[in-house]
Amino acid sequence: MNLFLDAWRWLATGSNWTGDGGAATRLVEHLLVSGLVVGIAAIIAVPLGVLVGHTGRGRTAVVLAASAARAVPTLGLLTLVALATGIGLTGPVVALVVLAVPSLLAGAYAGVESVDRVTIDAARAVGMTEAQVVRRVELPLAAPLLVGGLRSATLQVVATSTLAAYTADVGLGRLLFAGLKAREYDVMLASALLVVALALVLEGLLALLQRLVTPRTAAPAEHARPARNAHPSSTVAEKSPTERTS
Amino acid sequence: MKWLSQNYPQVVDLFLTHLALSVPAIVASLLIAVPLGWSAQHGRGLRGPVLVGVGLLYAIPSLPLFIIVPVLIGTPLRSSSTMIVVLTVYGVAVLVRSAADAFASVPAATLDAAAAVGHTRWSSFWRVELPLAGPVLLAGVRVITVSTVSLVSVGAVIGIQSLGTLFTDGFQRGIRFEVLTGIVLIVALAVLLDGLVVLAGRLLMPWTRRSAGIRGSRRRGGPGRRGDSGRVLAEPQLAGAAQPEGASR
Repeated sequence: MNLFLDAWRWLATGSNWTGDGGAATRLVEHLLVSGLVVGIAAIIAVPLGVLVGHTGRGRTAVVLAASAARAVPTLGLLTLVALATGIGLTGPVVALVVLAVPSLLAGAYAGVESVDRVTIDAARAVGMTEAQVVRRVELPLAAPLLVGGLRSATLQVVATSTLAAYTADVGLGRLLFAGLKAREYDVMLASALLVVALALVLEGLLALLQRLVTPRTAAPAEHARPARNAHPSSTVAEKSPTERTS
Repeated sequence: MKWLSQNYPQVVDLFLTHLALSVPAIVASLLIAVPLGWSAQHGRGLRGPVLVGVGLLYAIPSLPLFIIVPVLIGTPLRSSSTMIVVLTVYGVAVLVRSAADAFASVPAATLDAAAAVGHTRWSSFWRVELPLAGPVLLAGVRVITVSTVSLVSVGAVIGIQSLGTLFTDGFQRGIRFEVLTGIVLIVALAVLLDGLVVLAGRLLMPWTRRSAGIRGSRRRGGPGRRGDSGRVLAEPQLAGAAQPEGASR
């Protein structure tokens, strides 16, 4: 327990936060890299997922991609890409995007897929075009699961960005590895606690966002359930129901 | 290739170490998660707090946990016990939800019937509830089997030996083939263990064997609240019927 006190003392020391490699810089780096990665991944995955969910084509590929991504060891991907691109930011960003895409893809797809067929037929019946069906019916109803995908992707990227410091000079992981190398347990523990705090704060914010985008009128627990469980693999399936039951 | 021919004894060693770290964690996760999931499902007002709790646990990144766990429970930093505890934490975090869903899929009427024919709560659990929850639980075990095997490799950056050592060593020495070998072997080990889990499931739950070919659809039918078997069996047909309709859009 004394080590926790040491870590706290390290965190409470102002000079550890300032300067070039200080905790503040590392924290901002961590957030910037994670944001960049999730942004790129979303631009790739969300339209694709919505398309798959809307047309029903390629769903096997999506499910396969989601479960294959879980099996691939993140550290292996990080080091492999880093060896190919050299030391720098490109390696981790590419590897992290590859890791973030499946969760987002599965979330977008599962969300659109979970929309009741009857609702979509009704939208067509009142004369909506396909684009309108997607934008004004499917997307709003898909939002909770879509944000669920965003949530698990963000979580994974924030966690793996820490690991990315093994191959690149970036983020809070840098502090952790510096402490490990110098055998300074207080630095190691302090940075570990920072990462945990960051992850939990982001998790909380995204859970809140997920609750906000859940349509109030719909009580989708019953009919949305089977569709969600069509991806037992994705974290989306594991996490989303939390909001309903709690 | 030359690297592999020179180093394969070490690779075999790491493969076995990796296996020895993964299996205890998977078993421990199952043993802890089943009672927890059961209480979450049956304890009044427990489901919410338990599921939120494991959700937060799951949110904690693994690398920091490798640092925090030794301080909390006093294991050495670079030890297999630290590794197994960390892996078990994640396994439990995922599996408790599966277990709760699995027990939720057992119809209350069935449990009432079991009680009516004279089962005690204990024997009803072992002979009625657990077998019926089995397929959904199995799906959860498959998920944590694969993720556990993958997660073991992270320990390599703080110095816990496993196939992940091939990543750190390969990265430091610039041997791309070594890293690639690690990835392939980890995925292979995950597939192997997943296969064993499926096999164990078929041996323990012979009644699911008939629908083994539609495993994917089975799982989707699994957590249906009402748990009527008709619905489970109807699912694949429904899924098939939906296809042409979707394609014509």
